Amino acid sequence: MSRIAATFSRLKQQGRKALIPFFTAGDPDPASCVPLMHALVAGGADIIELGVPFSDPMADGPVIQRSSERALKHGVSLRDVIGWVAEFRKTDSDTPVVLMGYANPVESMGFDVFAAAAKTAGADGVVVVDYPPEEAERLVDTLDAAGLDTVFLLSPTTTDARLKQVAALGRGYLYYVSLKGVTGAATIDVDDVARRLSHIRSFTALPVGVGFGIRDGDTARRIADVSDAVVIGSRLVQEIEAAPAEAAARARSFLSGIRSAMDGGTAA
Amino acid sequence: MRVYDLPDAKGHFGPYGGVFVSETLISALEDLKEAYARFKDDPAFLAEFAYELKHYVGRPSPVYHARRWSEHFGGAQVYLKREDLNHTGAHKINNVIGQALLARHLGKPRVIAETGAGQHGVATATIAARYGMECVVYMGSEDVKRQAQNVYRMKLLGATVVPVESGSKTLKDALNEAMRDWVTNVENTFYIIGTVAGPHPYPMMVRDFQSVIGKEAREQMPEMTGRQPDAVLACVGGGSNAIGIFHPYINDESVRLIGVEAAGHGLETGQHSATLCAGRAGVLHGNRTYLLQDDNGQIIETHSISAGLDYPGVGPEHAWLKDSGRAEYVAVTDDEALEAFHKLCRLEGIIPALESSHALAYAAKIAPRMRKDQILLVNLSGRGDKDMHTVAEKSGIKF
Repeated sequence: MSRIAATFSRLKQQGRKALIPFFTAGDPDPASCVPLMHALVAGGADIIELGVPFSDPMADGPVIQRSSERALKHGVSLRDVIGWVAEFRKTDSDTPVVLMGYANPVESMGFDVFAAAAKTAGADGVVVVDYPPEEAERLVDTLDAAGLDTVFLLSPTTTDARLKQVAALGRGYLYYVSLKGVTGAATIDVDDVARRLSHIRSFTALPVGVGFGIRDGDTARRIADVSDAVVIGSRLVQEIEAAPAEAAARARSFLSGIRSAMDGGTAA
Repeated sequence: MRVYDLPDAKGHFGPYGGVFVSETLISALEDLKEAYARFKDDPAFLAEFAYELKHYVGRPSPVYHARRWSEHFGGAQVYLKREDLNHTGAHKINNVIGQALLARHLGKPRVIAETGAGQHGVATATIAARYGMECVVYMGSEDVKRQAQNVYRMKLLGATVVPVESGSKTLKDALNEAMRDWVTNVENTFYIIGTVAGPHPYPMMVRDFQSVIGKEAREQMPEMTGRQPDAVLACVGGGSNAIGIFHPYINDESVRLIGVEAAGHGLETGQHSATLCAGRAGVLHGNRTYLLQDDNGQIIETHSISAGLDYPGVGPEHAWLKDSGRAEYVAVTDDEALEAFHKLCRLEGIIPALESSHALAYAAKIAPRMRKDQILLVNLSGRGDKDMHTVAEKSGIKF
């Protein structure tokens, strides 16, 4: 069983939902990446989505755009990010790591080289934001062969025909983007998410995570009630941006607030 | 004769083109694809488009025999397709009218656009005023500083100009920001892309609207010269004026197609915008095409004296035309383009845009080596009024 499947299965037995933080690797600086990953696990992360910086993050709002720019100022490359996953794996063999980014750095490295390097480093899954299923078959084949999960996004406007396509190609879990727009935008309508998720579940047995617009413990708890996983990105990156010197401590403390809210404690 | 019918149903030109966007944009693109398929052969829509091109833009644009310039070379005869005479001063308006008409038919009251030098922004602001639409133009904050006059023109026409502070603060970042606006406001907003880039169906749709240039030329050249030209030349940034004049000639293999990119300070300096001459394939702005990128797949900053060519990507159909060998792509430097600019001013009384001056400069390179009965057709895609400041500065003159 893959690390991602094992994680969801363990959580299910415990009656808990997955907490998936996202941050951009190399933000605020390259040395922070691995300590931040460990801090997030200490704060209650079940899976880490590790952002690969790109010069043109078309689907991201200003918070994640800035984080990408900070990382790129340090010259962070996809190879660096894969290297940090290997470093993280030396002391954490349980927490799945999903690389999340845009197509061009992956195409530039080449699918085969990328898949082999990511697998060897100990990565578990890949989200390529600008590869919809129509363009992703060759990537999925390559990642399948390497034993890596290809995670796809779903949106409020995904049609049933495409849901079927995504359900057939998706591995590990599906990522439901709960808002129209870019990352870090507006607020989330929990009832609407609940309706959409039950519809999505009629097409797939994969766990479904929800992201975009989750900014506090209370919302995270209500989303956790109706989904399998809660993804928090922009709000976490804001913590890192606000106090780069204390990024790991701030990230850990912020995430543990979300974790306790999700597990039924007081809302952060 | 082979029949050229790309793109395929998924928007692919061979390995290029396609739809490389986040899931959140897919349904908007599906709706656009469906709407364009409905209207593109609709006689009423086409009649409306033709009416606007004739009475508002002033089409057909003439073809002009540049006699003195040709005599100066002592070789091929050079003809110019005068897109510079269009309303707003360039070919950009052809495409904007087509997309704005689609927006009207789809009931979208708000249009948005990205712009680099400001020409596409001005064309969009113009049509938005003409049709009574709200208009927001995204422009890199660096370009806002460099192109103050065009920013003012857009504001005069009633548009809101939003400076973009992310990334390199230039055209590519303006395009990213316009996409972000579109995905957020898709219910009431139509995104008018200014070139043959972006996700399918944009490269096809913009090409179709711009191909009026080549269709007219195919009728005009035999009337003037008794035959089609030996070669058609056009400058290539994103590539919309070039595709516009190339496309109706693709099946006619006796006509050479030559795209001219911006070599800036020289290809060897790395400071250029010659994507097809010096780039490699990748994915940006929703399509796979040639890109100027570093070893890690990050998009790099480009340079050209002509802001309209200063773009790190290029339309996917050009990538295909290059690989298939049907079109040739070359590059000329800032200095070569400026020399052609001044020559055309002095010998023909025409002030060309710096973009178009790149195509003129390559014509100036090859014409002297050709026979006097051979014919070159250059797409004079825009006029140079907007470039007075840049050219004067190069000559050490301050206004």
